[in-house]
Amino acid sequence: MIEVEHLTKKYGELVAVKDLSFKVDEGKIWGLLGPNAAGKTTTMRILTGYIPATDGKATVASLDIFEQSNRVKKIIGYLPEVLPLYPEMTVLSFLNFVSEIKQIPSSQKKEAVDKAIGISGLESVRGRLIRNISRGFKQRVGIAQALIHDPQVLIFDEPTQGLDPAQIIETRKLIKSLKGERTILISTHILAEVTQVCDGVVIINEGTLMASGSLEDLTASFKEKEGVAVKLRKEGKEVLSLFGKIPGVARVSLEDDELKIEWAKGKDFRDEITRLIVEKDLGLIEMRPLGIGIEDLYIRIISGDIEQ
Amino acid sequence: MKNIWAICKKEIKTYFMSPIAYVIITVFLVLVGFFFYPLIWWFNSQSLQLAKNPYYYQQLNINQMVYSPFFHNMSIILLFMIPLLTMRLFSEEKKRQTDELLFTSPISVNQIIIGKYLASLFVLVVMLLLTGLLSIFTFVFGNPELAPVLNGYLGLFLMGAAFIAIGIFFSSLTENQIVSAILTFGALLLFLILNWTSPSAGGMWKDVLDYLSFFQHFNDLTRGILDTTDLVYYLSFIFLGLFLTHSIIQSRRWR
Ligand SMILES: Nc1ncnc2c1ncn2[C@@H]1O[C@H](COP(=O)(O)OP(=O)(O)OP(=O)(O)O)[C@@H](O)[C@H]1O
Ligand SMILES: [Mg+2]
Repeated sequence: MIEVEHLTKKYGELVAVKDLSFKVDEGKIWGLLGPNAAGKTTTMRILTGYIPATDGKATVASLDIFEQSNRVKKIIGYLPEVLPLYPEMTVLSFLNFVSEIKQIPSSQKKEAVDKAIGISGLESVRGRLIRNISRGFKQRVGIAQALIHDPQVLIFDEPTQGLDPAQIIETRKLIKSLKGERTILISTHILAEVTQVCDGVVIINEGTLMASGSLEDLTASFKEKEGVAVKLRKEGKEVLSLFGKIPGVARVSLEDDELKIEWAKGKDFRDEITRLIVEKDLGLIEMRPLGIGIEDLYIRIISGDIEQ
Repeated sequence: MKNIWAICKKEIKTYFMSPIAYVIITVFLVLVGFFFYPLIWWFNSQSLQLAKNPYYYQQLNINQMVYSPFFHNMSIILLFMIPLLTMRLFSEEKKRQTDELLFTSPISVNQIIIGKYLASLFVLVVMLLLTGLLSIFTFVFGNPELAPVLNGYLGLFLMGAAFIAIGIFFSSLTENQIVSAILTFGALLLFLILNWTSPSAGGMWKDVLDYLSFFQHFNDLTRGILDTTDLVYYLSFIFLGLFLTHSIIQSRRWR
């Protein structure tokens, strides 16, 4: 549904997005994940036609976003990072205005506005000035304006920013409920948001693609190696070599008084290890599986461990 | 067309839902009235004095004695008021980042510009119509010629329309409304006094400066004359202002 190919955006000297390619399938929620200044907002602004790209190509519903920008704009609902609200308007008059510039025929206008108000839970504030409603309601008005023309594709830039925990949960629920016939791309720098809401993820850092794919695929592909971390009362070189002697174990290492025992994917040596611990009376304190998932990857990206 | 109307309606609502339009219109009317009253008073006293002398009495012309300076005053007041009217048009959208909504909607940049332009034009028309109330007074108690008065208003409208086009251009340049207003005011004032330098410039340049200056076209306007050169002059200003606005907006986004 959304296809991005070799997209590049330069602001003068600064390269905000660098040769970015990814794909979002129809009817799925995809997360655009990355730390601050990763290029998430820039990517979304290009997709929605707010700014052009320096290079590359992108299509939405097989329509070229640069060549057929007007048709693309009709099928995209966009929640920008900064809410585009007019504080002196009422919620209702604002949504009426949006319905007009989104080219909803006047005969269907009222229905469309009412529906958007209903979905976003704005009934209680429909007559109030936007200036006077709370941040959470403003965010909902932002979502309502994105939904008003019943678009096939939704692009939400950090939809839960600035909300309290209860509202975050509610907004995530709302986004999930919008899935189905719609394809959704949300940006966030919170991994939990992706794992709770999304089917897939595109991870970018400094404008460059780090990883992309469905959550299952990604988690699977990162688990090339499996293993356990073991904490023992007994330590020392002999202990290390003891586990290294188990046939099939690829690597044993000592990190922060934890033994890391790794082996190739598909095998399982947990039984052998436990037996060894009991036989040699090594004093087990803790044993847990080693996670080498997107969580680790993302943390390493944010902490700057991985350079490009 | 519908898109232009949607934008225009929103802008007019914004003008009248906030105090901007009321303040501008009120201040404009107070100033205009303030200048109008002494003109009438002077004309009255002249008529009373000259009533004994039929020859001079015939020479008294309300169009020349009242309307000519009246239009002149109004155009100067407009020069102060229009920058305040246009300063928010694009600056405010950019500052609040509501332009992101406009430019990601299926409407063209031209439609947005024209919609906003027409909204300001509407406020200008309201302003001018309200000053028309003062004129009713002269028609009831005196007998000015109607045609030059209407012509003068048409000229004033065209001039205001040109001012607005220049204002909308400067509004697209900056997200700071104050800066936008100052630049507009500066540009308008510069065009007004452009011909002051023309005596020192020779030959063709003198003609060019004279032509470009508002003053030249002002004078025709205040006498209630509107010929095609003036019309072309104002229309080119409008076109140029809107065209440059479009270029600026496109280039900002394409950078
Ligand atoms: N209009 C602009 N002019 C110049 N540089 C810009 C502009 N917009 C963004 N940038 C730069 O491009 C880079 C990417 O910014 P972008 O806003 O896309 O990041 P982001 O992933 O959305 O970050 P955040 O999580 O903070 O919202 C940043 O370094 C930013 O400073
Ligand atoms: Mg951002």
